[in-house]
Amino acid sequence: MGEKSDKSGTPWVWGLLLPYIGLLWLPFYNMREPSIAGFPFFYWYQFAWVPLTSLLIYLVYRKVK
Amino acid sequence: MSDTINWTALSVFVFFFLLVTVIGFFAARWRAGDMSQLSEWGLGGRRFGTIITWFLVGGDFYTAYTVIAVPALVYAVGAYGFFALPYTILVYPFVFLALPRLWAVCNKHDYVTGADFVHGRYGSAWLALAVALTGLLATMPYIALQLVGMQVVIGGLGIGGEGFKGEIPLIVAFVILAVYTYASGLRAPAMIAFVKDVMIYIVVIAAIAIIPMQLGGYAAVFDAADKAFQAKGGATGLVLQPAQLMPFATLALGSAFAGFMYPHTMTGVLSSSSGDVVRKNAMLLPIYTILLGLIAMLGYMAIAAGVTVKSPTAVVPALFLKIFPDWFVGFSFAAIAIGALVPAAIMSIGAANLFTRNVWRTFVNPNMTPAAESSVAKLVSLVVKFGALIFIVALPTQFAIDLQLLGGVWILQTFPAVVLGLYKTRLRPSALLVGWATGMIVGTLMAYQMGLKPVYPLVIGGTTYSVYIGVLAGALNLAVSAGASVLFGLFGVGKGTDETSPGDYLLNKAV
Repeated sequence: MGEKSDKSGTPWVWGLLLPYIGLLWLPFYNMREPSIAGFPFFYWYQFAWVPLTSLLIYLVYRKVK
Repeated sequence: MSDTINWTALSVFVFFFLLVTVIGFFAARWRAGDMSQLSEWGLGGRRFGTIITWFLVGGDFYTAYTVIAVPALVYAVGAYGFFALPYTILVYPFVFLALPRLWAVCNKHDYVTGADFVHGRYGSAWLALAVALTGLLATMPYIALQLVGMQVVIGGLGIGGEGFKGEIPLIVAFVILAVYTYASGLRAPAMIAFVKDVMIYIVVIAAIAIIPMQLGGYAAVFDAADKAFQAKGGATGLVLQPAQLMPFATLALGSAFAGFMYPHTMTGVLSSSSGDVVRKNAMLLPIYTILLGLIAMLGYMAIAAGVTVKSPTAVVPALFLKIFPDWFVGFSFAAIAIGALVPAAIMSIGAANLFTRNVWRTFVNPNMTPAAESSVAKLVSLVVKFGALIFIVALPTQFAIDLQLLGGVWILQTFPAVVLGLYKTRLRPSALLVGWATGMIVGTLMAYQMGLKPVYPLVIGGTTYSVYIGVLAGALNLAVSAGASVLFGLFGVGKGTDETSPGDYLLNKAV
């Protein structure tokens, strides 16, 4: 019986900075075009970051668990 | 708002309200524990798995007030109101990284609150007191705002009205809430959250499917909103104006860091059964963010549907009354009202835990038995809720809204002590206390000076940057804490003791 050690120090965690960059730098998305299904870019870009962030967290989770 | 009673809607509303009341009282028997222990009453015995935690934190972090306030803001100011979306995305990488560490150390040392952790980590009862009082101060108006959410839907049913008589339905609802929280502790909101979330999901999915169909699709909804904002002069619109960029980004960032410093969200995290549950929830909770984004869209739909209201908080009920059949209005209003009960219960439990552990036990009666802790906490949860009720019945709603805004600025001032404390660098407790006091005072003064608006125009080298006050005060707090820590270190004072060891923060799994 041993212990599986905590690996949360992995460099992969730096990938979690991406959502901060993508969402806090407004010039990336403060515009209307291209729109999708009636949603201006400003809106669907933000919505798109939701699953993207979950995915990033999942990828890091697989490395640290 | 309608002045006549909508009987169909009211009957459906009352049915669902009674249903959750029954659930609330039965919750005590669910995975029954020894309710005379604070960690049983106040943390559900730290036994909630991934799914229950998901519902609990979802019901707790995305409150009924959010359902009312976010669309109201979008209705009034357009794109700017969408800062709630980056806010509730950016919170999760932080939750994923920092909070499993908090869970681990709290589980190891039986800490029930964030302030318990601060006490153990820094050996300073005063720093813990500062964190606890900040939490209490920030939570009270937050509970009051949940009542505003209920008030708004009760008004929509036509049973509200002027004066004390109009407040009776609210008072009845709240007394019921108070009694079952007293009896069942955190188990009650955990069970009710399940019902509430299913209801909210049904309402939102119905709203985003049906309403745009009636209004001619999403393109038409955005188009109508665009025209409405242009007619208002174009200070706000479908995208941000240059002057709104900094406030938008800093509000999102500051709110994301504040979100899980509140006692109620922290209670939700600490009640989970393992650090792994916390990590998994950081991945799964963003599903609620999608829901929140869609709820925000209701603001534009209200514009497109030609809803006009006296106060923006009435936008969502007015839209539902206009679009939905009566029975579904009752259902959706019940979802919002029940959605207010869940966070209000958890907030009062979080506040009660703080008061019991970090004020009463530390400063009044250090020799409390666990049973005494539990009974003090139960009593405090009642006091806190009635305090919030009096707040709402006696004072103008705007007062609660203003104070809740200040609450965000205040709670951020606990961030350096709590979050830095989870990592290697341990600042000196007395330095953190000085930093906290600086942040609290400067943040409050800035907000006061701005007439309780959240952003402050900071002038650097002739250029003005409008920044969220919470971020400014927090940065100052951090700088003062770090500077004072170095200074105190030179003089060798105020080091304090640390009862935790580095291994306590890690999620080591037995294999």
